[in-house]
Amino acid sequence: MKKTLSYVGLIVLYFLHQDFWFWNDGTLVFGVLPVGLVYHLGFCVAASLLLLSLIRNAWPDHLQVREEGEDSKE
Amino acid sequence: MNLSLLIIIIYLLLVLGLGFWANLLLKKTGEDYFVASRTIGPFLLLMSLFGTNMTTFAILGSSGEAYHEGIGVFGLMASISALVMPCIFFFVGTRVWALGKRFGYLTQVQYFRERWGSDRLGLLLFAVLIALLVPYLLIGVMAGGIIIQNLTGGPAEGLPQWIGSVGISGVVLGYVFLGGLRGTAWANAFQTLVFMTLGALAFFAVVNDLGGLRTAMGAVAEKFPHLLHRAGDGDAHPGMSPWLFLSYTFTPLSVGMFPHMFMHWLTARRMETFRTTLVFYPFCIAAVWLPSVLLGVIATADPAIPFLEGARSNSVLILLISNHASPLLAGLLGAGVLAAAMSSLDSQFLSAGTMFTHDIVIHYKFHDRLDEKTQVRLGRAFVSLIVVITLLLSFFTERSIFNLAVWSFAGFAGLFPVIVAALFWKRSTRYGALSSVLTVAIFWTYLFLQGWETRGYTVGGTGIMPVAVLVLASAVGMIVGSLLSSPPSDATLKKFFPGGKPSAAEVKT
Repeated sequence: MKKTLSYVGLIVLYFLHQDFWFWNDGTLVFGVLPVGLVYHLGFCVAASLLLLSLIRNAWPDHLQVREEGEDSKE
Repeated sequence: MNLSLLIIIIYLLLVLGLGFWANLLLKKTGEDYFVASRTIGPFLLLMSLFGTNMTTFAILGSSGEAYHEGIGVFGLMASISALVMPCIFFFVGTRVWALGKRFGYLTQVQYFRERWGSDRLGLLLFAVLIALLVPYLLIGVMAGGIIIQNLTGGPAEGLPQWIGSVGISGVVLGYVFLGGLRGTAWANAFQTLVFMTLGALAFFAVVNDLGGLRTAMGAVAEKFPHLLHRAGDGDAHPGMSPWLFLSYTFTPLSVGMFPHMFMHWLTARRMETFRTTLVFYPFCIAAVWLPSVLLGVIATADPAIPFLEGARSNSVLILLISNHASPLLAGLLGAGVLAAAMSSLDSQFLSAGTMFTHDIVIHYKFHDRLDEKTQVRLGRAFVSLIVVITLLLSFFTERSIFNLAVWSFAGFAGLFPVIVAALFWKRSTRYGALSSVLTVAIFWTYLFLQGWETRGYTVGGTGIMPVAVLVLASAVGMIVGSLLSSPPSDATLKKFFPGGKPSAAEVKT
């Protein structure tokens, strides 16, 4: 279930990249950074969290196990 | 001598010294030279993957493009890369690592040749990958010339661009030949830290000299408000279309087919070694792209910088640094940008040499007639030839670094369905792979000839980037070619999908 949620999160995040709601908005957040830029910085943080979730819930352990099995035969 | 130039020369000697040091510790085996005996740990893997992938495209190219297009450049390339690239490391990189560990692969061509049992496919891929690598190398080589010229007085008074280009190519060749992949990984890690630290320093020095970030951004908001969003403000600045933004998301797929990334994946000590890279990669991307994009935008409102048209905007960052930092700091920052260029060139040179040695010289049994030293010399001669071709092209190319990179990435991204099919689709065949690679070669050449001269070219003026068409056409080529040919043999499936023999139904669908 958690694995599926991580994959769904990946798809949702991909579509959230297309932030048409800030397309024409040049507001400077705190007078410093444009809101569209702040959004995409937040997107980078979300990407990192998603990767953390993939590592925890969908790590391809089967590849490593098989590798170790083969090593032990040698 | 110009202080900035002196600092750069000292830096280049330092990097060359790293190559010598790695050479002293080299185990003198092929496995150690080409993949550092597969012993690279988490921190070094993160630094070397990131350093290899962040070229001057991310520093000079992004600031030059942001100078014309505004902050949208960050979303266009950086934030989507922060998602897509680590995902490719997760889904593709870990599997490639496992295959490399089991079967001893050193190059992509070795894997694809065995996966689909086709020599012709291997040869075709070798030619296509090397051809696509040349424009990518061109970016780094050109950047070396631009940096040194601008730090020594600009186009009118500074050193000619070719001196910088030849100089950094020579230094990179030197430490790659000396230290192999271990030396390259160390140099990458060192240079990645250098360009990230000095990049941050450059940002604060320039912004501080301009009166602070609030003042600098306020000036942009007043003079060029269209650079703070993506909608543009009419015909003079049409902005980015949502289609363009969406189709650019295909570009980071290129990382799945870069020969140098493939080699770096193989160096990991264990599969778990990837975890640090996966989590921190998005932050590293943001840390490099944010200051570069902001400085490109800020430069538009800086009265000290004349309007830079087309490829001249490649120099905007260096001009900012020269105008707003002391010669000492400018030299250090120039070295930081050079570090970004060299940390990519080294892996690209090494991968080209490795491919030639293993996929041509050894595969076609030339090695039976040659001793090991001659094989190594041949590999080095091949890399040197590629470098000479790239240098010659750099003397005649007047293109934006961003555009050059985008064309190269489009080709590599077009080949992404090949690695996906190899790893995940049991029913894929050599004819599917051949059809996919040929489709990319033909479409890329056609689109390149159509759009090479046009800045911001999109397919038929639709707003869709060529990369999206290439990926989709390549995927169709793979599917159709595979389904129209006989399924792969049981032996192949057993070897590459050992989780139990697939059922007949699985193979047919």
